[in-house]
Amino acid sequence: MEFIDALINILNSTIRVSVPLLLACLAGLYSERAGVFDIGLEGKMLAGAFAGAAAAAVFASAWIGLLIAVLVSVGMALVHGFASITHRGNQIVSGVAINFIAAGSTIILGQAWFQQGGRTPSLPPEGRFGAVNLPFADALRDVPVVGQPYSGLLSGHSLLTYVAFLAVPFTWWVLFRTRFGLRLRAVGENPAAVDTAGISVAWLRYRAVICTGILTGLAGSYMALAQNAGFVKDMTAGRGYIALAALIFAKWKPVPAMFACLLFGFLDALSIRLQGSPLPIIGKVPVQLMQALPYILTVILLAGFIGKAIPPRAGGVPYVKER
Amino acid sequence: MSTPYAKLPAWADYGLIPLINLLVAFVVAGLVVLLVGENPLRAAVILVEGAFGSGQGLAYTLFYATNFIFTGLAVAVAFHCGLFNIGGEGQAYIAGLGIAIVVLAFDSTLPWWVVFPMAIIASALFGALWALIPAYLQAKRGSHIVITTIMFNFIAASVMVYMLVNVLKPAGSMAPQTRQFVEGGQLPKLGWLLAEFGLTVRPSAPLNVSFLLALVMAFLVWVLIWRTKLGYEIRTFGFSSKAARYAGISETRIIIVTMLISGALAGMMALNPIMGDQHNVPLDFVSGAGFVGIAVALMGRSHPAGIVPAAVLFGMLYQGGAELAFEMPNISRDMIVIIQGLVILFAGALEHMFRPAIQGIFASFSPRSVGITATKGERA
Repeated sequence: MEFIDALINILNSTIRVSVPLLLACLAGLYSERAGVFDIGLEGKMLAGAFAGAAAAAVFASAWIGLLIAVLVSVGMALVHGFASITHRGNQIVSGVAINFIAAGSTIILGQAWFQQGGRTPSLPPEGRFGAVNLPFADALRDVPVVGQPYSGLLSGHSLLTYVAFLAVPFTWWVLFRTRFGLRLRAVGENPAAVDTAGISVAWLRYRAVICTGILTGLAGSYMALAQNAGFVKDMTAGRGYIALAALIFAKWKPVPAMFACLLFGFLDALSIRLQGSPLPIIGKVPVQLMQALPYILTVILLAGFIGKAIPPRAGGVPYVKER
Repeated sequence: MSTPYAKLPAWADYGLIPLINLLVAFVVAGLVVLLVGENPLRAAVILVEGAFGSGQGLAYTLFYATNFIFTGLAVAVAFHCGLFNIGGEGQAYIAGLGIAIVVLAFDSTLPWWVVFPMAIIASALFGALWALIPAYLQAKRGSHIVITTIMFNFIAASVMVYMLVNVLKPAGSMAPQTRQFVEGGQLPKLGWLLAEFGLTVRPSAPLNVSFLLALVMAFLVWVLIWRTKLGYEIRTFGFSSKAARYAGISETRIIIVTMLISGALAGMMALNPIMGDQHNVPLDFVSGAGFVGIAVALMGRSHPAGIVPAAVLFGMLYQGGAELAFEMPNISRDMIVIIQGLVILFAGALEHMFRPAIQGIFASFSPRSVGITATKGERA
């Protein structure tokens, strides 16, 4: 029984740390599938988290926080789009710029507006997304086998957690079962063909980038409004890059993306739990190794030793109409 | 957007357009200052005075600039080859390990001028090695170098935390850093050089010999890129990898050699804070200098003659920014991060934004200067 409890516990924290990864990873999926590389996920998440926490603190409403987070995040995504689609700038350079602007301005503005050393004020309960209890969660708690996983694992997360996991099949449906999705994938593989069919490459890519902005806004909101009660400086702490790693790990597909994020989340949860305590057989594993594992795995994957990660063909290349 | 980019006179291409981009970046930064409720002009005055107003300030400015010359050169060399080395941060961090090994072994027995060359080699070697794996993967397996170098930044951070906490930390000490270097591991300061010009510099000012090394490296990079066969190959490959292949240049060799050079330059950055100032290897001593290198290289248009002033400008921002934080409580040094981001955005990603307008102006004055025989298509 103790083992089951520990397992439920660790899976529970896996879900909690995976959600921002998953949202950011799906965000990157839209953009990169459309041929716009985005290493600015981190920055957009951070800006979203800050804007969400600031708005939620001022208006004491989680929903207004969410709205502002998404707006700010989409705004930054549009800057990336403006640079890389309209002006055909280097997409990597633009993404790096977004990350720096977000990292700096969240601290400066946070300090100027709230005077708490870059934090936003701690949010009241109505400024956060609280736990949602699924129906009968309490009643089923003591039922053997199903009770624990249902009430302990599936129930009791915030609304955004459920949104994140529902976004996976939704994204799959959009990408592979709608006309928009087909065109979006086409524009990432062969924009000239899409252009020939009389569809605007730029407008399609802009829409993809806006989807990215919405999802990174949700990711930021989750961190500031659900996982924590407010914004702390540099709170994304590299999660945007792990999401990017997960995206590559999942070979730019939505369902594998979810599993990649859960895997990286699990490693994270495990490293927190195992801090200092030795494992059977392997002995004591340094925390740093656990923390570096997502990155190491991604490099190994990129090297082509576990399958091959082939990015969208037109990724990173600005589209120039033929003259 | 279907008008092709016409040619501009060289002074406009290399002077005017970067200047306008930079100006816009600073104007936007000024707007942020305004948003925070401070006066941007006063902020600029405090910044410049803090950086250049005293010998002490100048020494700090050049100390920071030293870091950025190294990392800027590292990014620039890779740029010439069409590679984006975003891993300068990790390469410099790992180089700290190489320096630690050399200095901890010899600092009590040998004088600094023997330890220094060995430390240079060690730092370059460790930095280059950390760039080797991403370079190899790019050359042989086609894995995107941007992603692998980002991953290697994180791996480097984990490795260094582990090394400092579990291996290099002296027994009985709490702080995760190496022991303090003795004389052989300390570089001479250069404060006296500024004192020659009648400036007062306290001995605490961290400007040191590695600044001279940075200038030498800037010169060597210029020689390498524009005066050697290897440099020609690097530029050819960066300009058109197809043409390079056609000319018989080995893709694998050129990518790996360029990245080794780039990593070595980034690695040498570690000498400045470790041997020049802190006299130990602490956690996170790179503190973003690797990333500033991107802004510096973009601003300096990947030419050493542009990188050195760009590095000094960022050194000014770092030093002046520290002063600014005293005077204006609402502005901390994080303001620099914003400026850095804006410079990267406007001088890098949006570098062509103002070009059509400027071309229009030039064309309306003298059509011939623009060479209206437009070059067709700059398709990548």
